Amino acid sequence: MKPAPFDLIPARTAAEALPHLTGPRDAKPVAGSQSLGPMLNLRLARPELLVDLSACAELRAVTQEPDAILYGAAVTHAEFEDGAVPDATPGWLAPIARRIAYRAVRNRGTIGGSIAHADPAADWVATMTGMGASVRILGPRGARELPMAAFVTGALSTALEPGEIVTAIRVPRRGPDARWSYWKFCRKTGEFAKASACVLADPERGEYRVLAAAIERAPVELPDPEGLIEGRTDPRAAVEAALPFLSPERRALQATATIRALAALKTGVPA
Amino acid sequence: MESSGSGVGASVRRLEDDRYLEGRGRYVGDIRMPGMLEVAFLRSPVAHAELRGVTKPAGAGHQVFAAADLAGVQGIRADSGLPGFRSSIQPVLACDRIRHVNEPIAACVAQTRAQAEDLADATQIAYDALPAVHDMLKARDADAPLLHAGWEENVFLESGFEAGFDAATEGAPVKIRRQYRTARQCMSPMEGRGVVAYMDEQADQLVVVTSTQMPHIVRNGLAECLGLDQGRIRVIAPDVGGGFGYKGILLAEEVVLGWLALNLRRPVRWIEDRREQLAGNANCREHWYDITGYASPDGRLLAVDCEAVVDSGAYSAYPFSACLEAAQVASILPGPYKMDGFRCRTWSVATNKPAILPYRGVARTGVCFAMELVMDELAREIGMEPAEFRRRNLVTGSEMPFVNITNKIFDSGDYVEALDRTLADLDLPALRARQAAGEPDGRLMGVGLSIFCEQGAHGTSVYSGWGIPMVPGFEQATARMTPDGGLELRVGVQSHGQSLETTLAQIANEVLGVEPRKVKLVHGDTALTPYSTGTWGSRCIVMAGGAVATACEELAERVKKIAGTLLQADPSEILLGDGEARGPGGSVPLSEIGKVWYHRPQDLPEGVDPAGLEATKGYKTVRDTGTFSYACHAAVVLVDPGTGEVEIENYRITEDGGVLVNPMVVDGQVWGGAVQGIGTALYEEMPYDGEGQPLATTLADYLLPGAAEAPSIAIGHMETPSPISRFGQKGIGESGAIGPPAAIGNAVNDALRPFGAAIAQVPITPERVLAALAMGARA
Repeated sequence: MKPAPFDLIPARTAAEALPHLTGPRDAKPVAGSQSLGPMLNLRLARPELLVDLSACAELRAVTQEPDAILYGAAVTHAEFEDGAVPDATPGWLAPIARRIAYRAVRNRGTIGGSIAHADPAADWVATMTGMGASVRILGPRGARELPMAAFVTGALSTALEPGEIVTAIRVPRRGPDARWSYWKFCRKTGEFAKASACVLADPERGEYRVLAAAIERAPVELPDPEGLIEGRTDPRAAVEAALPFLSPERRALQATATIRALAALKTGVPA
Repeated sequence: MESSGSGVGASVRRLEDDRYLEGRGRYVGDIRMPGMLEVAFLRSPVAHAELRGVTKPAGAGHQVFAAADLAGVQGIRADSGLPGFRSSIQPVLACDRIRHVNEPIAACVAQTRAQAEDLADATQIAYDALPAVHDMLKARDADAPLLHAGWEENVFLESGFEAGFDAATEGAPVKIRRQYRTARQCMSPMEGRGVVAYMDEQADQLVVVTSTQMPHIVRNGLAECLGLDQGRIRVIAPDVGGGFGYKGILLAEEVVLGWLALNLRRPVRWIEDRREQLAGNANCREHWYDITGYASPDGRLLAVDCEAVVDSGAYSAYPFSACLEAAQVASILPGPYKMDGFRCRTWSVATNKPAILPYRGVARTGVCFAMELVMDELAREIGMEPAEFRRRNLVTGSEMPFVNITNKIFDSGDYVEALDRTLADLDLPALRARQAAGEPDGRLMGVGLSIFCEQGAHGTSVYSGWGIPMVPGFEQATARMTPDGGLELRVGVQSHGQSLETTLAQIANEVLGVEPRKVKLVHGDTALTPYSTGTWGSRCIVMAGGAVATACEELAERVKKIAGTLLQADPSEILLGDGEARGPGGSVPLSEIGKVWYHRPQDLPEGVDPAGLEATKGYKTVRDTGTFSYACHAAVVLVDPGTGEVEIENYRITEDGGVLVNPMVVDGQVWGGAVQGIGTALYEEMPYDGEGQPLATTLADYLLPGAAEAPSIAIGHMETPSPISRFGQKGIGESGAIGPPAAIGNAVNDALRPFGAAIAQVPITPERVLAALAMGARA
């Protein structure tokens, strides 16, 4: 399991990286290499050129804004886990990061890489969508920003155009009244989730969301989140109606994830 | 002879641990030689095809070798002498026909592995795809494509056993029929396979360094396939990072590397990667059972009827053959139970998958799953606690030795006692009360048992009956006292986790009184050790242990003669212990004995034995039908009806391995085996699609239990001596891996029973539990 030959270019800035990614050669950006690395070794991905973004200054930056924090795409899972970056939320990010794969993966894997890879079972794909984050993108035609829900278009598929890279994730700040829960089911410690659900209730901003994720496609928002959160709507029926494409067993698992995420929101016990 | 606290029965710390724990072990992957080339294999992308041609990359013809280049090399053939066996020939590189995905087609040789993989990438093959036989239950269909020329059906062997069946089942009032299936698994030692081959020009020998459990058997196979005299081949097993049966085989890659070294006159190396292991090499365990149990209403097991199919894959692997697993099913299915009637037919079926290999426990893990689940079903049908139904049908201690219905001779033990000790540890009445009350978190609690016995160290009469290329005879060991009074032991088995460097030293200590730290075990090298069939079948502590004891006893007699001279005593008055020889009037250290023999022969008495302080002796057990260790496993599980997740809350094992040479080492063996059994029960599965493509080709898809998934496992020991082995010890290395699927399966079904749900297949995945619950809800 050795990769096919490729050239590696370490980029110091995003601007330096971009021309390589739009050039004539088949190029791919890479940061932590925790998803792309295995695919290279299995020769399932065979780019001629890898552009290493992990040391780009602006991708490592964390920018405080009044309503949000902008996390550079190359911030690692471990940096969230360790509290090495400020948290835009009342302490929601570190517990999410702590349960991503294994520490060795978290040491190198990045939030931007995870989102750009868009594995449907990835924790950041689920939770950033659930938190209403948005994605900053830089490409040959300049910068743009998309909400997570529009950015992830399917399993391993995003709205990124050729030559574009993710530069940052904007996570809205949440006040002390906001509540959140994330529940996932993994067969083994550190494995990708088989089912997951997030619940957000932010009365201050009037934002309510119940999200089904790890469903082999982009996360799906369940209708009537306030009804679900307040117990007026049956979560099992909501999952049945919203996820007809899943096998009966996976749908049952997803219903459990939703029920348990809602229960965790009520009790306030972090899931 | 007297024990000094480090002989048989002492939990001596492992002598090999310093090297392993400090990273000083030397594995195949650690070997670097000047001029060494790396080999990568081009492997088949399809499961079944006529191979039309191999096109080498331009300019690289001297670096890429296909079947046509390997002039004079024979394919691997492992026939069984059982009547009706159909033989297969496994080409070391596919020639006309491809029979499974990732079968090797060409060997590519370069300076680095990456470059060798680039060559494999650039090599083209032309083939005409054929429909694949991907399901063992369809392999015998009339329209199934045939894998091997001249065969009438895709069956290596059909075998069976019947005794007293019709009489025992006539009018039997209770009858339960079930179908059970175990997944195809991939044995996954930490270290995969690996081979370095080179020419020792001075010795005029091809040296093959390989991660194997059986260097002498590999040499037999290499000599046959390469057409070389045995004397021109030396096989070395260095440190081996786990075997479990995965390395008890002659590899096609070993033959190819041997040929490359012979012809390129350069050292060559191939290190298996995890993808080759999972998707092309490591298949084991896939069984299907249609089993019927018969019982009386008062709880007597009357008879068992079974049809079993084993998916043997494409080829008969050397040396154990394609039929060992299925043919064993018919002889071991009755387990530890008494019954009046038994009938079993088995089929070793050929499919377009890698050859099945014997994995720790071999057929027993599947057999135990089928038999023990049907025992629970019978008990429930009668309305009896499953433990009580077992107690009424187990062979009892007073019946030992016992000849069971398939003529297995259980040597010693008390199976009922093992059950009762386990139940006492569990407190079954309290568990039943808790179960009736329900769990506060809504999970479903269940308790399950499994009991089995395991034949180990079985020898000539058993294996000559199978008629496979390898039949164990006398096991030999060489014991040589060194001039400083230390001891070198040479054995033909290979230690790769069994702790033989420690336990065989303890046996030498028991006989000679030599300190274990002064014992050097030499193993894993055909040039340095007596011939042996190697490490398999839970045989080493019995066979190599017996051989070491016998050689040491011979040596002890010679030591006592010399000591008698030095101490002016009769040799019969000399006792050996604590590193010295003691007579009535004084003692002399073993180092002095060594010094006299080697350095001061002038001081030796007249008539001293000229054979000196070195002895090679052979050993067989009193009867070669095997020792029977046995165990009772109990699992308490919590099943989450919302997720289908199974948590093992409590796992207990009562185990009888006869006299334990080193109880700490046995605990380690049982723990490791049990965690592998938990893998079989809950996690491990290699599915194949309709085209014969493997679907779990990385460890992200092929789930192995890790530290977080391993419960703490309580082990209780019984030590009933075996009457047939040297110290009463029994083979126990495989035992832990046998019981968990059955105990956990019964526990899960116990939890699901109120919902009319049951599982009949391992691994017990969340999806399978949820599907069973949904089916129970519909019914």
